[in-house]
Order: sequence, then structure tokens, then C-alpha cells
Amino acid sequence: MTNIQKSGFQEAARKAFFQGGNGGQMQDTERVAVGALGLGLLILGLGGGAGRRLLVGGLGLGLTAVAVRGSNPLATAIKVEQNNAGQTLISEAVTVNKNAAELYDVWRDLDKLPNLMSHLQSVVVLSEKRSRWTVKAPLGSVSWEAEITADEPGKRLAWASLPGSSIDNSGEILFRPAPGGRGSEVVVRLKYRAPLGTAGVVAARIAGQEPAQQLRDDLMRFKREQELGFAPTTQGQSSGRAGGAK
Amino acid sequence: MKAVLWQGTNHVSVETVPDPTLLLPSDAIVRVSSTAICGSDLHLLDGFIPSMEKGDILGHEFMGEVVEVGRDVKTLKVGDRVVIPFNIACGTCDYCQRGLFSACDNSNPNHRMAEALYGATSGGGLFGYSHLYGGYAGGQAQYVRVPFADVGGFKIETDLPDEQVLFLTDIFPTGYQAAENCNIVRGRDVVAVFGAGPVGQFAARSAQMLGAAKVIIVDRFPERLRLAAEAGIETINYEKEDVLIALKEATGGRGPDHVIDAVGLEAHGHGPGALLDTAQQKMKLTFDRITALRWAILSCAKGGTVSMPGVYGGLVDKLPLGAAFAKGLTFKMGQTHTHRYIRPLLAHIEAGDIDPSFVITHRAALADAPQLYKTFRDKHDGCIKVVLNPWGEAAQGVKQA
Ligand SMILES: [Zn+2]
Ligand SMILES: [Zn+2]
Repeated sequence: MTNIQKSGFQEAARKAFFQGGNGGQMQDTERVAVGALGLGLLILGLGGGAGRRLLVGGLGLGLTAVAVRGSNPLATAIKVEQNNAGQTLISEAVTVNKNAAELYDVWRDLDKLPNLMSHLQSVVVLSEKRSRWTVKAPLGSVSWEAEITADEPGKRLAWASLPGSSIDNSGEILFRPAPGGRGSEVVVRLKYRAPLGTAGVVAARIAGQEPAQQLRDDLMRFKREQELGFAPTTQGQSSGRAGGAK
Repeated sequence: MKAVLWQGTNHVSVETVPDPTLLLPSDAIVRVSSTAICGSDLHLLDGFIPSMEKGDILGHEFMGEVVEVGRDVKTLKVGDRVVIPFNIACGTCDYCQRGLFSACDNSNPNHRMAEALYGATSGGGLFGYSHLYGGYAGGQAQYVRVPFADVGGFKIETDLPDEQVLFLTDIFPTGYQAAENCNIVRGRDVVAVFGAGPVGQFAARSAQMLGAAKVIIVDRFPERLRLAAEAGIETINYEKEDVLIALKEATGGRGPDHVIDAVGLEAHGHGPGALLDTAQQKMKLTFDRITALRWAILSCAKGGTVSMPGVYGGLVDKLPLGAAFAKGLTFKMGQTHTHRYIRPLLAHIEAGDIDPSFVITHRAALADAPQLYKTFRDKHDGCIKVVLNPWGEAAQGVKQA
């Protein structure tokens, strides 16, 4: 599953953006794919520690049930929002203890974005408005060109992929002062067409490889980078597991 | 180094593992001089906390000497003697700056896991307390890595022995916060404490320090009640008398002005459906534990406070909410903002207002941890609180205080 959260841009009012939210009816192929994934997770869930067993097994059970029923309540349950055009809509927000102008400046520096976004391989600025985006994908990488469609310094940035891009996507990021001197609220809204439709989104989300989750992770990483200057970690700490690290 | 490892439900072991290293420039490494087993470690032993992994190092009450600091550490230096709060806080986020250290936005690298279970944003990381709380290696070990060392390392500059300052890391501030949350009116209010374990003991003594006119503690273990009675706390053994009637009588029919539930819910896990099922399978236990909260609400006086330092993890039903509403009760709960309390409580210890070592019943070497986890869990041998010496001779046996 490719990750496209900070790709494309398009000027779009919020209403237009989220209109026609819909859990989606499943196609037969989709049912088969979801069912297989559900069974796979169920089997996977039988191994591992108690926490993983419960989480993965539970989700596996849910997916299997979804496939059997042929509707996709899970898409609603895990808040996969789609519009009538079959595009997946996601939004996420985080409060960062810094002022909006500063945060906007960090974001506007497009070719530095891969430092903030772990799934982004590179952004090459081609001109004032145009840039080339490359994201890591399971089989190599995917890239496309995007255009800035709105730019309000200190407040908002919107973008859209150019026609003919490998992944059709757009989005916007808003920066606004948080009440009570708590810094700024950063809101990101994205719209993209997911490979495999709803099932693809559900499957990717369960595998932790879906843009909504990656966006959450990236915004938290952004917040921590801005507030602390680093990300907290336990990677490499001592433990009693083989190799002694995790 | 030697460390106490979680190996699965009801199974801990002491093994040799690699020494910790600095992972970030804001880290410090502390050579642990004393470490304790906490009542909440028993939830891990019982397997009620999800997301533990085999080989995780346990322990969140520990202190020691700084032996290494990262290049960004400013306030600590090698050789400093420090106590370390059990919760990990960044000191920088909005919550930390408002003194809500346990709500830290930035210290839990596994925020996504916690958000999935509890919604909104996750709480901060904890030492040795599951991957839900960050997966940080704990302090029941000879050395420990302390992240955000400038925020979480509190220097002890006096020569007070470990046993008098060790509990500043958790149970003393936890009991104190529970009492503070009651907004006790000096010389007037009566406070009842459910549960006379270590946190209940500190909550009761803190209520005394905060000026409660009378403090009553409720438990069923005679040794715990005796320990409280030594400090002038009235006791109720709920196995011997009806607790609601006894509390009514002890308060002239009003009920205690404030009630502290220092028991909590044993069945901690919840969240996705299957997790809930697990909790429901243990229903009898869950049921027992909710009893304390129910008693707290039913006994509390009108306009009073129900303060909850005890850990609740999941869903609770058959809660007498009507009684709470009719009496206009205030509920206060949550993880301790430990960092906030360390200096003021240290001042109380230095002034001789309290000697926190009163709760210790067992002292032993780290190697004796597996046996002592069981002793503590089963309340055998009068066990109330265990302190381990990571450098003590192994298999030296368990000495009673
Ligand atoms: Zn504890
Ligand atoms: Zn913080």
C-alpha cells in the first residue's frame, strides 16, 4: 500500500471535501479479498502474545464476519470515509506548542518534508508551484507531480496531483492559533483514490499501512520534532528477548 | 546486568541481560541502588495488562546514582543521587507545563496503541509497564535508562537513606494526590480510605497531614489495619462488620466527607470486544473489585469527593450513579502527576512529618524477586511492601523487616 498523505493538493472547501460519506457496498472480489485477509489475521492472531492475540485475532474475526455478510460495517466502524466518486477522505489534527507562522514555515519548505514524514522518500521542488513527490511502496517507489493550489502564509496550504498522476490525490493543511496560548492547531485533510477500494483501505489500516494511520503518526512525529527536537524511542533498549534489543 | 523479566502470566524470572545504553542525548543511565515491587505490578503478573512481551524488564519504583548522561542533559551529572518518577514526562508539552505530567503528550512512542484503546490522545509513558505505555524497560534491574533525564531525575542532596525517599517515585505521591484531590477542610472533614495496601496507607497518612479531623481505613488484612492504627487511623475490617453501617456510625450518620478508593479494578484490560470477553470471564474478580467503588459512593457524605487513585482500566457497570447524583459528589481520578509532588513531599520527609519506610515489610536481593512477587500477591507472611537490592547477594533468603 502506498502512502500518499502529503502528496497532491487541491483547493477545496471542507463541505465539498467530505460530501457523500459512505461505507460502501462490497464487490465479490472485494469480499473474497477481505475474507482471505480476515482468515489470515485470525490464524496470525493464534500466535504471539496475549495482547496481539486479542487485537489481531479480534480484527480477523471481524473481517471474516464482514466477508460473510457482504456488507462493510467495518469500514464505518473504523471510520473509512468515502465520497460518491470513490475517493477516500481522511483528516487528522494535532496541537503543537509553537506559533502558527513558525509551523507554516517548516511545512512550506517542501523538500525538507521527508525529514518529518517517515513514509515520504523525497520531494523535489520544480518551480514555485510544482514539485515531484516520491513515496516508499511495497514494490519500489511511486512518484507523481503535484501543484500548490492555494498558499496563505502562516495559515493554509493546499495541493493537488497533476492530471495523469499514478495516484490521484489532493489535500490541505491549516494552521490556526489554539485558544489559551496553547500554540497552534494543525489540521490536515486528504483525499485519495485507494487501490482495491474500501477493502484495500480496511486491510491497509489493519496492517498499520494506511494513510490515516500514517498521517496520525506523522503529525505526532511533527509535533514532537517541533516541541522536543526529537522523537522518544525505546529502539535498542535492553530486554530479555533474544538479541537483547527492542 | 541482572534484571527482573516478565515471562508470561504468573511467571517472572531474574536473568542476565545487556546493560542499557544511552539511546538519545537527553537520556541518563542510573545505577539502581533500591527498587520496589508495586501493587500495580501484580496486574502485570496476573496478565491483566495487555501488550506485555516476554522478556520485558519490570519495575517502576526505583532510585540510584547517575553513571552516564547524554550530551543534552543539563541538570544531572555523574555521581548524582536521584529518585525517578514512575511516569515519564517530556517537560515541554502543554500538559507537562500545566503540571499534568502523567498526561504528557510526547513521552509515549506507542501513542497509537493507547489511543486505539482509550481514544483522544494517549497518556505519557511509564517505566516497565507494558507497550501500551511506551514499552520502556523498567527499574527492577541493576541499571536503567532514564529518558528525559532533566525532567525525570530528582536529586536527593541530603543523606536520607534510600528507604525514606524511594517511595517518592510512586506510592507516596499517589496516596498524597488522592488525599489532595479531596480538598480536605482542616480540622473538620472525615476521610475514609478503602484499601490499606501501600497506596491506601499513604493516602490515609496524607489525609492526616492535610488536616483531616478523622481518618478511617477499610481492609480485611489485620496486619495492614494494625499498621494504619499505629498512626492513629481508625480501622474497619469489612469481613467482620458491615462496612456501610460501621462508617455511618463512625460519622454520626453523615458518612465520611470524602472517600478514597485505593483498591481499583483488578480486571484491567478492555477495549476491542475480545479483550472485554477476557475481562468478563474473570467476572467474579471484577465484581469484587468494583465493590470498593460502590461502597465509596454509597458511604460518602453529601457534597463529598470520591477520589480514585486505584487503577481502573475498562468498563464498569452497576455503578450507583443515582446515589452519586443525589448527593452531589465530585469524582477525581487518574494517574499521579508524580513530578509535581517530589520536592514538596521530600520537604515533609526532611522535616520529619513522615517516614515513608513504615510500609516496608520485606527486604531482599533482586534474585529473590520471583518468590517475593508471589508472597506479595498472596499477602503471605504479612507482606505489605517489598524493597529489592539489585546488588545484594543472590539466594540470601528473604529477611523480614
Ligand atoms: Zn506503582
Ligand atoms: Zn510532556
